[in-house]
Amino acid sequence: MIAEPRTLFDKVWDAHVVAAREDGLDLIWIDRHFVHEGSFHAFDKLAARGAALARPDLTFGVEDHYVPTRTRALDRIDPAIRRMMEQLRANTQRHGVRLFDIDDPAQGIVHVVGPEQGLTLPGLSIVCGDSHTATHGAFGALAFGIGASDVAHVLETQTLWQKRPKRLRMTIDGALAPGVSAKDVALAVIAALGSDGAAGHAIEFAGSTVRALSMEGRLTLCNLAIEAGARCGMIAPDETTFAFLRGRPCAPRGADFDRACDDWRALAGDDGAVFDREARLDAAAIAPIVTWGVNPEDALPIDATTPDPDRVADPARAAHVRAALDYMGLTPGQRLQDIRIDRVFIGSCTNARIEDLRAAAAVLQGRRAVVPGLVSPGSGAVKRQAEAEGLDRVFRDAGLDWVGAGCSMCVGMNGDLLAPGERCASTTNRNFRGRQGPGSRTHLMSPAMAAAAAVTGRLTDLRALKRERG
Amino acid sequence: MRPFTIHEGVACPLPLTGVDTDQLIPARFMKRSRAEGYGGYLLHDLRFDETGAPRPGFPLDAPQRAGASILVTRRNFGAGSSREAAVYALVDFGVRCVVAPSFGDIFAQNAVNNGLLPARVSEADAERLIAALLAGETRARVDLETCRVALGALDVAFAIDPVWRARLLNGWEDVDLTLSRAAEIAAFVAADRTRRPWAIPQRP
Ligand code: SF4
Repeated sequence: MIAEPRTLFDKVWDAHVVAAREDGLDLIWIDRHFVHEGSFHAFDKLAARGAALARPDLTFGVEDHYVPTRTRALDRIDPAIRRMMEQLRANTQRHGVRLFDIDDPAQGIVHVVGPEQGLTLPGLSIVCGDSHTATHGAFGALAFGIGASDVAHVLETQTLWQKRPKRLRMTIDGALAPGVSAKDVALAVIAALGSDGAAGHAIEFAGSTVRALSMEGRLTLCNLAIEAGARCGMIAPDETTFAFLRGRPCAPRGADFDRACDDWRALAGDDGAVFDREARLDAAAIAPIVTWGVNPEDALPIDATTPDPDRVADPARAAHVRAALDYMGLTPGQRLQDIRIDRVFIGSCTNARIEDLRAAAAVLQGRRAVVPGLVSPGSGAVKRQAEAEGLDRVFRDAGLDWVGAGCSMCVGMNGDLLAPGERCASTTNRNFRGRQGPGSRTHLMSPAMAAAAAVTGRLTDLRALKRERG
Repeated sequence: MRPFTIHEGVACPLPLTGVDTDQLIPARFMKRSRAEGYGGYLLHDLRFDETGAPRPGFPLDAPQRAGASILVTRRNFGAGSSREAAVYALVDFGVRCVVAPSFGDIFAQNAVNNGLLPARVSEADAERLIAALLAGETRARVDLETCRVALGALDVAFAIDPVWRARLLNGWEDVDLTLSRAAEIAAFVAADRTRRPWAIPQRP
């Protein structure tokens, strides 16, 4: 009998099933478990059970959510924040877990560090108590975020009970227009599916546009899969993937790497594999996108105007639009390009890799920012690379602050916050109310678009700015 | 885990779309230990202004909603971060069931892990329930055996994954179940070592 053609997702999933229950729950083996400062609840649960950590060798700690970015001297920061880092240090030390702390040259945001260190590989199952774990799917890994109870379960057993999600293939074909990046593609995907449109699904991103993306771009795309409600996002590994991974510290070496590549090539979905849902986007139709509201699906091309709730037929949606405009301090029918900003933030696991910084620096080169802003590289490695290329100078010369690696103003846990009412052009992933501090107003966009906004002090069509320079 | 069979209590309307985890508990409160209780931070910035005074008209703080244990809201409740603190805030406040047309996946999993029922209803039924509450109804009855919510004259069906339903009804803890599979896990690990030799991280 010929085996059923399988999708990438199913191949990776099937390879991890330890036990399958009749009711549809599978016990899944976990290859990599990342823990950050927020994992203290789970370590507390482990301690309460008096249990040991099952696989310290597959568990990796990263300091990112709370780390200070303007100083590395812990005695100079808020003791409550320092305590979060100390707890992680104590927990990882007690259980013999490798920790990337802020003194480690490889430290950074967990979803940047994993790929950089070659801890993230095709065909692995990866979990972390963080929803943007979906990022690692860019390598063809099965990667998803979990809460503290499940983190505790993985700590104790290195497994997780999971129901197989449905499969959604998002095919994106065609060439991207100049000035349009993976972030715009991702925001277009969210706008097309809705912020809960892919709930219960694993998204596989396919098509010529996706194949042409660099690893950095693919990471951005999978990072935002969660903002469409998906459990995870995945991209079949290919030569781009292998080229990125070769020589990474924790990746297989020499002939082992080549043998691994053979296995990884076979992970791509079979011809005729069936998806539960299919969706398509035309890359050529995607323009630079910004969000105007309080959810990533509240997104529009930069040349559009804010929606008018009186023209929205669905009453629940109309109520949402009205409340979102009110919170954001905007009026219906306002041109997005007229919206003034107070600050820019370039960073986060969505857009703080080297390519992102290059794109932002290309816009800022020889220009001044008219608003203050923060540029936080995704990791120590990205920071060193950027400095070697002179990008830090470009940012500084433009008047922006060049700081250390961490989650920083994406979530503000370390104190990098907006003031109430302040409006930020941000390369992050969530424009939720208060995400960047109480009363903060966030507009999501690509790094180049954030840089353009910094130059003009308002949401700006990057393409017009480019023309201006000629 | 405390089993969930039938729950009757005060229901509160939350006529908002996409109440995300940053609303359920703002990040700045997550440094605290669970032992201190997270209930006071539930929906903090929607409930309280910058000075900490209650915002007038927020449904959860209306006198007739005192002791609310059932929330009825719009689609995409709990979208966003994996922070289980969002569920802790609800549970510590006393909420036992959230009724909505859709939930963030990770939130729903976290809810079930803590004995909180995410009950999925159609958008039309959510609107009818919210309207009845806004018109003055206060109590609801949630029956997980029959998967129905009764509120005033309304009696609507809700959906929940059967596996989650069984877990909530029985109050099962996952980890004990897993530990009973130790032999299967060991067999998997042994076979996997030859099947996927590249899966073990190299030491730099
Ligand atoms: S950068 Fe933001 S989204 Fe990414 S892991 Fe950190 S807090 Fe989460």
